[in-house]
Amino acid sequence: MGDHAVEALLRVGDSCLVLAQRLTAWCGHAPALEEDIALANIALDILGQARGLLTRTGEIEGAGRDEDALAYLRDAPDYRNVLLVEQPNGDYGHTMLRQFLFDAWAVELWPRLASSSDPVVAGIAGKAAKEAAYHVRHSSTWVVRLGDGTEESHHRMLAALDMLWPYTGEAFLDDEVDVAAAESALMPLPSSLLPAYRHRVEAVLADATLPVPPDPWWQRGGRQGSHSEHLTYLLADMQVVHRAHPGASW
Amino acid sequence: MYTQGLDQAEPLGDEELSRLGERFEATVAAEEKVEPTDWMPDAYRTLLTRQIAQHAHSEIVGMLPEGNWLSRAPSLRRKGILLAKVQDEAGHGLYLYSAAETLGVTRDELVDQLLAGTAKYSSIFNYPTLTWADVGAIGWLVDGAAIMNQVPLCRCSYGPYARAMVRICREESFHQRQGFEVMTVLAQGTPAQKAMAQDALDRWWWPSLMMFGPPDAQSVHNDRSLRWKVKRFTNDELRQKFVDMTVPQAHFLGLTIPDDALWYDGEHWVFGEPDWTEFTRVLSGDGPCNRERLAARRTAHDDGAWVREAAVAHAEKRRRADVVA
Amino acid sequence: MWEVFVRSRAGLAHQHVGSLHAVDAEMALANARDVYTRRGEGASLWVVPATEIVASDPDDKESFFGLDEEFRHPSHYVVPDGVVGI
Repeated sequence: MGDHAVEALLRVGDSCLVLAQRLTAWCGHAPALEEDIALANIALDILGQARGLLTRTGEIEGAGRDEDALAYLRDAPDYRNVLLVEQPNGDYGHTMLRQFLFDAWAVELWPRLASSSDPVVAGIAGKAAKEAAYHVRHSSTWVVRLGDGTEESHHRMLAALDMLWPYTGEAFLDDEVDVAAAESALMPLPSSLLPAYRHRVEAVLADATLPVPPDPWWQRGGRQGSHSEHLTYLLADMQVVHRAHPGASW
Repeated sequence: MYTQGLDQAEPLGDEELSRLGERFEATVAAEEKVEPTDWMPDAYRTLLTRQIAQHAHSEIVGMLPEGNWLSRAPSLRRKGILLAKVQDEAGHGLYLYSAAETLGVTRDELVDQLLAGTAKYSSIFNYPTLTWADVGAIGWLVDGAAIMNQVPLCRCSYGPYARAMVRICREESFHQRQGFEVMTVLAQGTPAQKAMAQDALDRWWWPSLMMFGPPDAQSVHNDRSLRWKVKRFTNDELRQKFVDMTVPQAHFLGLTIPDDALWYDGEHWVFGEPDWTEFTRVLSGDGPCNRERLAARRTAHDDGAWVREAAVAHAEKRRRADVVA
Repeated sequence: MWEVFVRSRAGLAHQHVGSLHAVDAEMALANARDVYTRRGEGASLWVVPATEIVASDPDDKESFFGLDEEFRHPSHYVVPDGVVGI
């Protein structure tokens, strides 16, 4: 395994890390105490997935970078997350919809990754598959509740869908890194996950009385290091203490 | 389970009241638990409702100062630990609101009191968290003080409160340890990290001592609380216990307790007098962050209103659909 | 308001652990999982609407539970010295 493996793993690991960072911002601010606790559980699971993958990525890379070196000492252009997860939290409905659009992908990805040719990745994915199954249940229930709740909640969900929908295609666009990762059986080909993803998303949106928007130009670039305006702020915040004390232990 | 009996109670006569009162005092004196459906004096109900609610509010507001550092935790391991800890506080708030609800008040009413500024919560959370070391200091000192306060509450005479406290104390055992671990790493770290740790201790030491409440001589509720076995130790007893436990820990860290009057009398660490005017000022609303903390809670509550309404509306729609089907 | 019962592992009975707020059964179950099994305490969960529980009246305590039939307990009986297996 070589560069393509590192690249391909970062695409998943960074997506998890950035999403976990976004989710932790809700801690102490959720609409109900019960939901505060639920969101923290989800954020903890996804942070755990990120840590596992980043650690493994560092080992495969062989340059002595651990999870923290990868998380705290890379700038935005070195991040490989999908654009969807770096989008701001918005209101609770926005966050739940973003979460669902991520979970619906993760719940297809992890079971396939569980048979990765890399045994460590397979192990991480086996655990993550169970977690994601719970996450998608949580987020899809909320999308349905809010989509088919009050008039206000319905309108808010429509607005969220309008904002987020263009970011849902990127995770399924194959490039040469993906093809190489698939050839070495490290990861499934991104496009292979699309039919199941579409099926689930359309079913949940229908249940939520939200129309499936027409296919737009899928915003892309995150997986190659070209991000939206939001990522540098997120990283500046996340990395500030670590970077202020070079070489320190925590 | 805290359901009401099937029938509404008739108004009670004086004789009946005094019989019930005696039975209540005997139950408490015999170290038996009082349960929600048992008769209890109004003053006991009021005392407990206020104390449990304050305790619940403290957990919820207490999420904010530490939550402030979640985004900037300097390692991913620390980020996960801190998130789990702050999440536990939400859980503890929830257990406590549930315990308070058994006394006949709703969570909504209690939250309204908090947001209206008419309910109190621990004044410690009105201090700002200025550096990462504050996360360590809060775990070590604030959770340390809280545990000292809470362990005796596991034996409180009111059953639901005591049971909630058992669960809380069990979960909280890692909170203090993670804080001390943060402090240990900082104290053994670079000079800048060590300075950060000392600065955090300097700022959190006195507010932590104030967490045990005013001196016994000034405490309004001590007597009745002790007689009814809601409390087991006085404020001053617990404060001394905390100081005796904590001073050697600070020495282990190589940090200095910011108290010139501190000395060991062979049995206890004798300490200086906290600034009680500061305590009163912060408690009555003029701490560094009182307004900010309440504003943050209000915003979360207000911003969440449409979500809660939609959830109720959706459940209602589905129930109606089930009935039709 | 919902009451939550957890079976901590197979073979044990469900035990009451606390309560929570939810708008429907599905949310109650999900919340119960998140609130009361954060440390892997559970193998099975029950949630019950608090209003569906019928409780005995505390004023009936004595007439309900005041039964004093000591002979129902094995300690009521004297087993002669030397006799085993009873």
